[in-house]
Amino acid sequence: MSEIIKLRKGFDIKLVGKAERKKGEVDQPETFALKPTDFLGIQRPKLHVAEGDQVKVGTPILFDKKQDQVQYVSPVSGEIAEIVRGEKRRLLEVRILADKEMEHVTFDKHSVSEIANLSREHVVSQLTASGVWPNIIQRPYGVVANPEDEPKAIFISGFDSHPLAPDYGYLFHGTEQYFQEGINILKKLTPGAVHLNVNADGEISQVFSQAQNVQLNKFSGPHPAGNVGVQIHHLDPINKGEVAWTINPFGVIQIGKLFLEGIYDSSKMVAVAGSEVKQPQYYKTHIGASISKFVEGNINSDNVRYISGNVLTGEQITSNGYIGFYDHLVTVVPEGDYYEMFGWIKPSFNKLSFHRAFGLLSFLSPGKEHKLDTNLRGEPRPFVQTGTFEQVTPMDIYPTYLLKAILAEDFDDMEGLGIYEVIEEDFALCEFIDVSKHNVQGILREGLELMQHS
Amino acid sequence: MKFIRDFLDKQKPLFEKGGKFEKFYYIWEANETFLFAPNHTTGARGAHIRDAVDLKRMMMTVIIAMVPCLLFGIWNVGDQHYQATGGLDATLWDKIWIGSKLVLPIVIVSYAVGLGLEFALTIVTRHPVNEGYLVTGMLIPLVMPPTIPLWQVALATIFAVVIGKEAFGGTGMNILNVALTARAFLYFAYPSQISGDVWTYLGGKPTVDGYSGATPLALSAEASSGASESITAIGEATARYEKFPTPDNQAVVDASKELAETLNTGTAVVDSFQSVSWSSGIYEFSNMFFGFMPGSIGETSTLMALIGGIILIMTGVGSWKIIVSVFAGAYIAGTLLNFVGANEYMLMPAHYHLVIGGLAFGAVFMATDPVTAAQTERGKWIYGFLIGVLTVIIRVLNPAYPEGIMLAILLMNVFAPLIDFYIVKANKKRRLKRATV
Repeated sequence: MSEIIKLRKGFDIKLVGKAERKKGEVDQPETFALKPTDFLGIQRPKLHVAEGDQVKVGTPILFDKKQDQVQYVSPVSGEIAEIVRGEKRRLLEVRILADKEMEHVTFDKHSVSEIANLSREHVVSQLTASGVWPNIIQRPYGVVANPEDEPKAIFISGFDSHPLAPDYGYLFHGTEQYFQEGINILKKLTPGAVHLNVNADGEISQVFSQAQNVQLNKFSGPHPAGNVGVQIHHLDPINKGEVAWTINPFGVIQIGKLFLEGIYDSSKMVAVAGSEVKQPQYYKTHIGASISKFVEGNINSDNVRYISGNVLTGEQITSNGYIGFYDHLVTVVPEGDYYEMFGWIKPSFNKLSFHRAFGLLSFLSPGKEHKLDTNLRGEPRPFVQTGTFEQVTPMDIYPTYLLKAILAEDFDDMEGLGIYEVIEEDFALCEFIDVSKHNVQGILREGLELMQHS
Repeated sequence: MKFIRDFLDKQKPLFEKGGKFEKFYYIWEANETFLFAPNHTTGARGAHIRDAVDLKRMMMTVIIAMVPCLLFGIWNVGDQHYQATGGLDATLWDKIWIGSKLVLPIVIVSYAVGLGLEFALTIVTRHPVNEGYLVTGMLIPLVMPPTIPLWQVALATIFAVVIGKEAFGGTGMNILNVALTARAFLYFAYPSQISGDVWTYLGGKPTVDGYSGATPLALSAEASSGASESITAIGEATARYEKFPTPDNQAVVDASKELAETLNTGTAVVDSFQSVSWSSGIYEFSNMFFGFMPGSIGETSTLMALIGGIILIMTGVGSWKIIVSVFAGAYIAGTLLNFVGANEYMLMPAHYHLVIGGLAFGAVFMATDPVTAAQTERGKWIYGFLIGVLTVIIRVLNPAYPEGIMLAILLMNVFAPLIDFYIVKANKKRRLKRATV
């Protein structure tokens, strides 16, 4: 057991409507979707299927022409109902009408002792063909990993510190064996360590505490302590030319199941939370589920925003939209499209702020859960206030300078200032607290794309 | 309140693209967003909720922090007027009346000219009106002498906004502190209205006996050069006597040397403060700390500046590192000069440096301007410290420019990016070193 890494910088956003550790009983959604837009780094998605085709769980639906061995597969069995395209025929969603009973594509099944003897090539080919590969994310850039790379280490964050984050102990309860085999498989992919980072401030799930073959690291502190990027920075930072991989515990369990059971198991638990949800709780469903069944009659008001993921990094979806591939959370918050008289100066206890400028009194009640809406709370301005981004970024990085380097498209500076070490979620708090209301995450992604493609 | 909103919604299309007054959109927007926080929402990706802070609120916090200085300044202008003209029986309201009569027009001119100019410029630049001028517009009056002609306030404001700020691209882009740019402009363009006997409003009345109206900065410089002149004169005279060493002459030489030594004991400056005869005790240390002395409108009181400083630090709007390090730099530089002790000004006790010449006001409100200060946390220590050191050096070693803090801040504004450059470079080096080990 290693020492606890204590992080002091950061900010916990406490919101109303945390999901209760309870499973809701509703019918399974009728449609599911695979969204190529969830996978960063897909450049030219190509379809294997057409509308009307029958698919099973694990049938390849699309692939990236630039990285053709990685398959993106169907989460359910059924019929391809609709292929949704956007501007310039950009592929947005492949919607699948699900069967009542799931039929699985079968892959090679192995015993525990067989798994120990599998070669790297065999493992990689089964991972990429079966649809579990996109769980593996590459740093730098935060894109789907390239199977030909050999990462210096693999990092797994065992907790989510985002607002209203689902409880991993509850999500992954009882999956010890799959998780362990998943780790054993991952161990074959890297010459370095597999790091499992857990929350020193909370209860550690058995799934993690009993895991073998991993280096267990404990992190303590406010959000973003649970961000894998922050953890990497403190364990084994990514330098120029190096590649590390990250994976969510859900992906590890999927990999374990794939090798032990020979199936692509898309079932997952999803928390539906937020101030506008009548009964915030968990639901068992599959990857890419439509949220309509979970939110129907479960929402307090009409003017709300549905977010796949959390309020800091998630993506807005419609009331019958689909949960993203990587998300275990649907957040519903009020829309903030209203005017507020003298809203810029009125003192308030209810508006959450990291700052303490005149009238922002939320710091007096640090434990209070807030009900926040999507109002921008001000107008975009040039950078003025300094020193605050650093207070919520527990890394040896100057976010403002990095952002300015990106805006100036200064490649040397971007590299020198540490762009390889961060992805959007690591700067999400900067975006939240920004006095000048920049689109910080958007700017960072532009920079990452510049670095990656030129 | 709904009817106001309805009215605004009705008028809005006139100012939007294609409307009759399209050109004036940003003027409209500035006023609309003053009345109502806008209904903008966050984007579909990224942070869906935002912190309640915005630039308007931040700037307002600074203005609130300046209120003690402003109110005290108004009273003090009146108080100084009556002290200089012998109206010792004047009431509080008399003083506030005189102060308001002088100060408020300066505030109004500063805001009217500055905001008018900003509004006019939005038509040309098509940038939204920024909140930055709300603070600048208050800072400019507070660093002016109460007797400044209003047209000079207007001229300085125009210069500061156009050359100091807009030429660089507006709020957030300027290199020099805008309010200090205004003051420096007047200081060099119209020196007779911003130095000498301008710090007290006399209103044409006869002054009390011995009135001089000099600020402590001027007195210090004067006392120092006075003392050193006397010492030189005595030195020259004794040298002549020494050429003829008769016993009588020797006695004169010894006495003169003794006299020169007593002149050079390091108390000349403080003595000169205490010997101000027209108002006893005006330049006592405690009196200067509270700010009951002539000077620019808002900067005489160290206490009021510190109250503002506490507001800025508590709210996190101003950097405590800069404020603390300016004071530390000035005190340390003052102490070091005590040891050098080459003239009387150098021998002035270091803590006097902290309460004269608006050092506290500059440290709290000018040095902490986030746009022109160093932006890295380590850089802020260096930046503030050097401001303190330079202030004292400029005051003491260059008596021609007693305005140490103004020049020190402007100079460090120019060097702040350089400080940051090296701090950021160190960060890059750490990263590079990690890669090669």
